[in-house]
Amino acid sequence: MDQSLSSQFVNLLAALLLLLAFAMLAQRRVLTLIKLFAWQGAALTASTLIMAYATGQGHLYYSATLTLLLKVILIPWILHRLIDQLQIRWDIETLINIPVTMLVGIGLAIFAFALATPISEMAGSLTRATLGIAMASVLLSFLMMIVRRKAVPQVIGFLAMENSLFFAATSATYGMPLVVELGVALDVLVGTFIFGIFFFHIRDEFESLDIRHMEKLKED
Amino acid sequence: MIDAPAIAFQILQSVFVVLAAPLLLGWANQCRAWLQNRSAPSILLPYYTLAKLFHKDAVIAHNASAVFRVTPYVMFGCMWLAAGIVPVLATDLPFAPAADIIALVGVFALARVFSALAAMDIGTAFGGLGARREMLIGFLAEPAMLMVLFTAAFISGSTQLNTIVETLGHREFAIDPSLAFAAVAFLMVLLAENARIPIDNPTTHLELTMIHEAMILEYSARHLALIEWAVAIKLFAYMTIGIALFVPWGIAEAGNWGALPLAFAALAAKLAFAGAGLALLETLLAKLRLFLAPEFLSTAFLLGVLGILTHFLARG
Repeated sequence: MDQSLSSQFVNLLAALLLLLAFAMLAQRRVLTLIKLFAWQGAALTASTLIMAYATGQGHLYYSATLTLLLKVILIPWILHRLIDQLQIRWDIETLINIPVTMLVGIGLAIFAFALATPISEMAGSLTRATLGIAMASVLLSFLMMIVRRKAVPQVIGFLAMENSLFFAATSATYGMPLVVELGVALDVLVGTFIFGIFFFHIRDEFESLDIRHMEKLKED
Repeated sequence: MIDAPAIAFQILQSVFVVLAAPLLLGWANQCRAWLQNRSAPSILLPYYTLAKLFHKDAVIAHNASAVFRVTPYVMFGCMWLAAGIVPVLATDLPFAPAADIIALVGVFALARVFSALAAMDIGTAFGGLGARREMLIGFLAEPAMLMVLFTAAFISGSTQLNTIVETLGHREFAIDPSLAFAAVAFLMVLLAENARIPIDNPTTHLELTMIHEAMILEYSARHLALIEWAVAIKLFAYMTIGIALFVPWGIAEAGNWGALPLAFAALAAKLAFAGAGLALLETLLAKLRLFLAPEFLSTAFLLGVLGILTHFLARG
């Protein structure tokens, strides 16, 4: 596979990641949200694999495997189990309606692209065009965490943000050192477990996963 | 530069589109019937319907104004003009410089405005309702359509559909994420603009859910036939725009008679595929509530904008 073809594939997968970020932003159902998150992980795995093959960086294979195991299989499975146990299959409530969220998302994407253009002009790597897309995905995940009212979608937003950061790292510098990646991956895994425990505590305390209840500091 | 062979090509294409458009509709209907386990109507059914309608006497309401009478002809004329501009069989047609993609969207908008005016002209409740909904869909679909066309225009550096097709058709194959975004957005606009299923149901008999059908309830006989025909040409024109933008290979150049059989075969294959795909989509999807239509079309707009953005980024 020559450089330009693999670069095109990575660009395509980057566009797919951005599309999935927007789809998650527009999604109303928790189950579909988890599926989209798993797809995002799959796109990430594919792009990391292509990058590993094209650049001959061996450690990227490990991180691709790690992504596949953790973000496509394990974390979606944990989230599925969590929402089964919590018995939450409601539609997601958003603070602002979805078309407006999408328009704000376009604004964020333009901002991220404008921000990334001078940086990626300096970079000489195979995938410099994807840095802007990675930054846009990070900002979109932030937006998702802001506009969602319930705890589970916010956590998925956080995990999606980690996906985008990982993509930014691989696209800008061909990936972080393996030790760092392992550390981050474990952090995310442990984080998911802790969030799971938090969900139960939040629900026991407020009988709802609506985080608005947490704004009240004391009993009225 | 306008020479006889080019003009002959123009006439050939215009006549061909008008004659073949009901066939495409018949093919899509046939595929849909197969997919839904019904016995399929003849592929020629739209022609029989048109012939039947042309033989009937027109009934027109007493309070109908000239707008009502003139609208079927305006709609048919607009669609025919659009079909002459889009490179269906050949590029470099003498008509093509008459309008670029923005004017093309304008031609479609003109037909829409007239049909909405005619729907309100009689003063029935359903006409007004249909016109209002049609304008809602239209004003949301047009920007999305323009974004899709701008993406292709940025890539080829021209808003002339002709140049776009030649640039896209003759460059070496490359995976272009911006065109992928634009293709999905275009598909959504096509469904909305042609009153197909997620937005409107073309076979519905429920007046309350109608959009396009509600506007033409008052029409009969030759007027209805012209409108139905115009709708078929519109679908044909949209599909050929999609083909021109995203899979332009195999198109002939005006005056090159040798390339014509290949162009015909390529077009027939692509349209057969597109018609079957449309039927499949209409079978898989359910009609959206009207109030979800803005969400559907804003998604199309979003994809169009993302197409333009990724084009700039990838070129960066």
